[in-house]
Amino acid sequence: MSDNNKMTIIATKGTFDWAFPPFIIASTGVAMDKEVTIFFTFYGLNLLLKDTSKLRVSPLGNPGMPMKMPFGPKWLQKINFGPKIPNILWSIPGTEALVTWLMKKTMAKHGVAKLEDLRDMCQEFDVKFIACEMTVELFGFNKEDFIDGVEFAGAASYFDEAATGDHHLYM
Amino acid sequence: MADQTLDASGLNCPLPILKTKKELSKMSAGQVLEVISTDAGSVKDIEAFCNQTGNKLISNVEDGGKYVFTIEKV
Repeated sequence: MSDNNKMTIIATKGTFDWAFPPFIIASTGVAMDKEVTIFFTFYGLNLLLKDTSKLRVSPLGNPGMPMKMPFGPKWLQKINFGPKIPNILWSIPGTEALVTWLMKKTMAKHGVAKLEDLRDMCQEFDVKFIACEMTVELFGFNKEDFIDGVEFAGAASYFDEAATGDHHLYM
Repeated sequence: MADQTLDASGLNCPLPILKTKKELSKMSAGQVLEVISTDAGSVKDIEAFCNQTGNKLISNVEDGGKYVFTIEKV
């Protein structure tokens, strides 16, 4: 495999919605014969937790998020509630859990892979997962909180991974 | 005439590609895989996949909302 086939991703976001892009791009990258490393730092560390059930998506301060019902009559499913509901309502306790549940329903309806399945597939395809050691300590995580097969290292190790190849993404 | 068939109906991006890759990796060079997908995006994606991986896209047929791809493994 030539050096040009190397690809790296820096994953920095830890919400349920943003957990998908790094794993989608990484697994597809390997399928397209690339050698992929994901460097998880700051909130991106959440994506490596054994228990991802606490990951949430929030409409609060997220005006670009379309919100449509995944079930109900056709006319209802067409309505985008995103711009119609005042943002202040999303600060009510429980709304994050509700919206996350609705997003999971929508994804299942559209045949989108589950987060854990995508992550498993990345590991099966030998995507290298590196967790930023500094932020693991900063946020008080324990290494046992994370799935097996994760390496712990720092920014210099990212550069070592990114030294070759011409495909490097920040997410 | 396909050696293997992969039914990826109902699955969305990137699953048809990932499953195609997995299926092809179990096959030997020259064998033919038929992939069935309902994801309209897979038309461009399977083409791109074949471009990048060197596998040969022999045919690509739409049949009432189903897309059938025939791929020869290199």
